[in-house]
Amino acid sequence: MTINQRQDELIVRFSKMENWLEKYKCIIQMGKELPAMDAGYRKDANLIWSCQAMVWVHSEEKDGRLFIRADSDAFITKGLIALVLYVLSGQPVTEIAASSLYFIDEINLKEHLTPNKSNGILAMINGIQTLASEGRLVAASCTI
Amino acid sequence: MNPNEIVCNSIYKDLFKIRSEFPVLHQKINGAPLIYLDNAATTQKPLSVINAIAEYYQCYNSNIHRGVHHLSQKATMAYEESRVKIARFINARHAHEIIFNKGSTDGINMMAYCFNKKYLKKGDVVLISAMEHHANIVPWQIFGQENGVELHAVPIDSSGELNMDAFRSMLDEKVKLVSITYVSNTLGTVNPIKEIIKMAHRQQIPVLLDAAQAIAHTAIDVQELDVDFMVFSGHKMYGPTGIGVLYSKETWLEQMPPHQGGGDMIKEVSFERTTYNRLPYKFEAGTPAISSAIGLGAAVDYLGTIGMHEIAAYEHELTGHLMTSLTEIEELRLIGTAKDHAGAASFVISGHHNSDIGELLNQQGIAVRTGHHCTQPLMKIFNIKGTVRASLALYNTHEEIEDFISGLKNAISILKS
Repeated sequence: MTINQRQDELIVRFSKMENWLEKYKCIIQMGKELPAMDAGYRKDANLIWSCQAMVWVHSEEKDGRLFIRADSDAFITKGLIALVLYVLSGQPVTEIAASSLYFIDEINLKEHLTPNKSNGILAMINGIQTLASEGRLVAASCTI
Repeated sequence: MNPNEIVCNSIYKDLFKIRSEFPVLHQKINGAPLIYLDNAATTQKPLSVINAIAEYYQCYNSNIHRGVHHLSQKATMAYEESRVKIARFINARHAHEIIFNKGSTDGINMMAYCFNKKYLKKGDVVLISAMEHHANIVPWQIFGQENGVELHAVPIDSSGELNMDAFRSMLDEKVKLVSITYVSNTLGTVNPIKEIIKMAHRQQIPVLLDAAQAIAHTAIDVQELDVDFMVFSGHKMYGPTGIGVLYSKETWLEQMPPHQGGGDMIKEVSFERTTYNRLPYKFEAGTPAISSAIGLGAAVDYLGTIGMHEIAAYEHELTGHLMTSLTEIEELRLIGTAKDHAGAASFVISGHHNSDIGELLNQQGIAVRTGHHCTQPLMKIFNIKGTVRASLALYNTHEEIEDFISGLKNAISILKS
């Protein structure tokens, strides 16, 4: 599936949920199911976001595709990471670099994309796209 | 509180009216009625404050002090009346001991510059506490580094109370200023300020009080306390953002040099030298936040109509209710259990991230703060990264505390499921 097909699939899946509770339970569950990164990858060099919640990202490129692993110390952030990885991981590097992640807005999680939000999803998406386009990890942090 | 109990505090009788005066409170967040428990970050504003600001812009917006025209005179009068109101509110001896600034942070920065410039030299010590906000740590480092002034922090015990024996022993001849918070923004600890001031004064050491978290919760009489300097912020006492106060005894203000140069603070300027204006203008360079100062005056009026003693008594009951209810949650660890407690309750939930708790409370319309609350050294002492903090104001209710506790239990159960 392409990036947009995966996004559309998530939008359909979330649109069937009736309330915030169901949505958050699903996100938290996805976070719990996302395998924890090996401790060796949870290092400062992989820290893409450092705030109340931390986000670590490690990626490997193979045959023009970017395979991404990521982790967080907060469940909700980790669940959102799982959504982003479902959409982006394993996709062609060029397509990741050019992607527009509209699904977060569509499933009413837009407030997670405001710059002052401490869970780092925006920083993670920007970071993955910078990785894909420039091949370097740019870390961000907040002061909350 | 027992609902059948007869209550004498007028806030109970007037709570509906009080809440009706705060427009922000009457909305739904994510479909649930807003429960605002982030008052230590900023309080909401009553209509009288909002209207005072609107009236200034609609009716007499003008620059102050220099204009001969009607609007300027009216604006000057309102601005200076506000200063008088604030002086009365904290019982300052003179209105010119009230210096308007941007807020508590600005006030401490000003003090760190002015006091350092006039009185401090290499090897001198500014004594703070381990529970200080970054605003009472970093300015001393910035300005103190220039001339080798040291910053020493009095330790606290596991309940978050100041270690007074340590304070006594650290008050040596090198200490030239004690700069300490009245109420901890993270722990809610109320420090024994009267005792601290007396002990410092016995050794001729002046005291700067950070009253940012105290000013809306308790009556403060600067003459009775005999405090030398005090800072507070307008927006934490139902006033606007962008305005705050440095109170200082007149003698100190006369001696200290100004921290900023510009309009209004001068008496006479030539290319060779400048003489400074009288107090308080020497410390108020440039056009101030006129509307905010007027708004702060309205906030002080508002607090006066309710009464600080009534507010303190009511909030004392609310805080007790909050703390007792929190201790009933099994996975919860209170951070800050000082006997004398005001305003804020901080906690962590075992096995769960503060930001997850905060976010799930937000989904239920409950506004709390999560994080280190600008007290990273304090977080290190408790060996945590941050806390969830619920902080109260005079418009909060016992029902809201019940709803918050139930929302918190709900959040924990969602995360556990």
